[in-house]
Amino acid sequence: MADTLTPVLTADWAEKQSWKLATYERAGGYRALDKALSMAPDDIIAAVKDSGLRGRGGAGFPTGMKWGFIPQDNPNPKYLVVNADESEPGTCKDIPLMMASPHTLVEGVIISSFAIRANQAFIYIRGEVVHVIRRVQAAVAEAYAAGHLGRDIHGSGYDLEVIVHAGAGAYICGEETALLEGLEGRRGQPRLRPPFPAVAGLYASPTVINNVESIASVPSIIGNGAEWFASMGTEKSKGFGIFSLSGHVANPGQYEAPLGTTLRTLIDLAGGVRNGHELKFWTPGGSSTPILTAEHLDVPLDFEAVGAAGSMLGTRALQIFDETTCVVRAVLRWTEFYKHESCGKCTPCREGTYWLVQVLTKLENGTGAEGDLEVLLDQCDNILGRAFCALGDGATGPITSSIAYFREEYLEHLSNHGCPFDPAASTLFAAEGAGR
Amino acid sequence: MTEVSTDGGLSEATLAELRQIAARYPQPRSGLLPMLHLVQATQGRVTSEGIEACAEILDISTADVSGVATFYTMYKRRPVGDYHVGVCTNTLCAVMGGDAIFERLKEHLDVGNDETTDDGRITLEHIECNAACDYAPVMMVNWEFMDNMTPESARQLVDDLREGTEVRSTRGPRIATWREVERVLAGFPDDRVDEGPAAGPASLVGLEVARRRGWTAPSTETAGAVGSPADSATEAAEQADTSRAESETKQESDTEQQKGGQDD
Ligand SMILES: Cc1cc2nc3c(=O)[nH]c(=O)nc-3n(C[C@H](O)[C@H](O)[C@H](O)COP(=O)(O)O)c2cc1C
Ligand code: SF4
Ligand code: FES
Repeated sequence: MADTLTPVLTADWAEKQSWKLATYERAGGYRALDKALSMAPDDIIAAVKDSGLRGRGGAGFPTGMKWGFIPQDNPNPKYLVVNADESEPGTCKDIPLMMASPHTLVEGVIISSFAIRANQAFIYIRGEVVHVIRRVQAAVAEAYAAGHLGRDIHGSGYDLEVIVHAGAGAYICGEETALLEGLEGRRGQPRLRPPFPAVAGLYASPTVINNVESIASVPSIIGNGAEWFASMGTEKSKGFGIFSLSGHVANPGQYEAPLGTTLRTLIDLAGGVRNGHELKFWTPGGSSTPILTAEHLDVPLDFEAVGAAGSMLGTRALQIFDETTCVVRAVLRWTEFYKHESCGKCTPCREGTYWLVQVLTKLENGTGAEGDLEVLLDQCDNILGRAFCALGDGATGPITSSIAYFREEYLEHLSNHGCPFDPAASTLFAAEGAGR
Repeated sequence: MTEVSTDGGLSEATLAELRQIAARYPQPRSGLLPMLHLVQATQGRVTSEGIEACAEILDISTADVSGVATFYTMYKRRPVGDYHVGVCTNTLCAVMGGDAIFERLKEHLDVGNDETTDDGRITLEHIECNAACDYAPVMMVNWEFMDNMTPESARQLVDDLREGTEVRSTRGPRIATWREVERVLAGFPDDRVDEGPAAGPASLVGLEVARRRGWTAPSTETAGAVGSPADSATEAAEQADTSRAESETKQESDTEQQKGGQDD
């Protein structure tokens, strides 16, 4: 059994100037790269497969298998694109990782690119985090200067160029094909598949797109071995992951643990739910993953068990809400987000999210009717599985799950002719006297 | 330093930098997002001149460039103040106090959403989740983190910005102007990278608990046997639990078949 917390990616974040190349190399950085460059690329892919690493960007697809889909007989250049768009509400792990330890990502980029035989990689970072962009820009520049990037890396004959690319504000650009559109200088609207990115991605060439944390996990897998990685986690969800606790817990923040830990364990480590309050509902992996309640405290946080509990592991974005929080207000706000971020390409999502907000608003302010709940469920039914990309599906998750667990609370808004909760009671500064 | 010209044509130096951005990429059009950031850095917003310059350099229509400029929320057609002040009002921050902060600032600055104060100093906007939820309620000033805010600290912050008092990000550097920051986003780094901490306190809580209790990842020697990672796309699909995973898994297995077809 691995320890309760297993800092690997987060292990050096407390070092002074942890973002500098010198600090990273002092802790053994770029040694995995040497090892990788002495291996056959296919053996690196095999090691990542054997490790059991599954995508950390939400979908959990096996990373090594994804790399194996790149058709090496395709004459076009191959590309690696790192998805650093981190915009799923609640998700806040890639940003601190790149701020504190950008070289972990850069080393992962080099090893991964070498494995899939790409000579050009991109790191697509959401634009709204300028200090993180500075740190990654500087890390890439340092890596070039040290000979970790550029021509003939470490004398291996392998060449790699890396471009750090800033986005410009669009949640949908986290969706991998929309991201490619953004990277090609277009509106970020998802592409029809097939063709799939592995065959025709960036510039219609074979492209691997991976999340920051997935790629940052690669140096440790190559350095320590697939078995080491697979010794953590559960049978089908291997390794460690960063769990991000936010909201009504005493010590919100980043907790790196083997997959399969539980919310009960994590809340305990975080000093418990906010003093004098109790857990009401939570998201396991961002706002697109159906909410869960206190009855799910012991669900192992791995892909299988969270799925069996009716939600998804997603990005391990654990947003914790206590009993002072109005679930209808929370869901309405998320729905407004999806409406705002809908790219407009397909009707179920573009029109559907508009109508969801209309109906939810009436329910929230107490002017709706009981039948509106059925209307909402019906609308969700018309979006789920009919939308062009997973954004539309995600928009329905909070609504259907909240109605399943908190139907009474929706009805209370009607009998009360408005929200029965005091929003000031939920704030961080509630003790400050709500500051109004 | 940053070349600051308001409306009117773009300088030769700016045009040269726009071309330089396009030349970074295997295909020039990939430079469009950073190029528009540079237009904002020099013009204070996305101007018609800026759109025309991008279109000409990339050999695409101005309608194409406009279509992109209007799609992404960071691009502004109206002039932005020296300080873009964002208040996160996505659910987690809203509940933790973001709504109260936003109301307080609207009242205090006497502006609505996406409006600029009369003195041209501050543009207020409510923003979506900025990947800092463990520091809720979160504000961003020129896209630098201002963590764990209250209505009172938010008021103090905007007063300081208006008066020209030096302000530091709680998890980052001295705050530069909006235009200076747009230049960094265009891929022209400034000198602030080494300012601010490696990580804020919330980023380190788990690490600290682990250290106190002596918890670590296993050493390489004690690693156990490998389990049973999925070794076919279909098996992966069976293991995948999410609809997102399913659609993307289906994608991959189709790819596998396609590829199989090609290989034959
Ligand atoms: C609306 C939407 C937003 C997404 N946002 C992100 C994101 O910000 N970061 C990310 O890595 N993946 C995001 N994804 C998932 C990506 O499409 C893709 O699955 C992922 O980047 C693959 O990397 P992985 O296999 O390493 O997880 C998003 C998907 C959707 C549908
Ligand atoms: S589901 Fe929404 S975001 Fe996705 S393609 Fe359709 S409109 Fe765009
Ligand atoms: S909800 Fe505000 S930063 Fe995530």
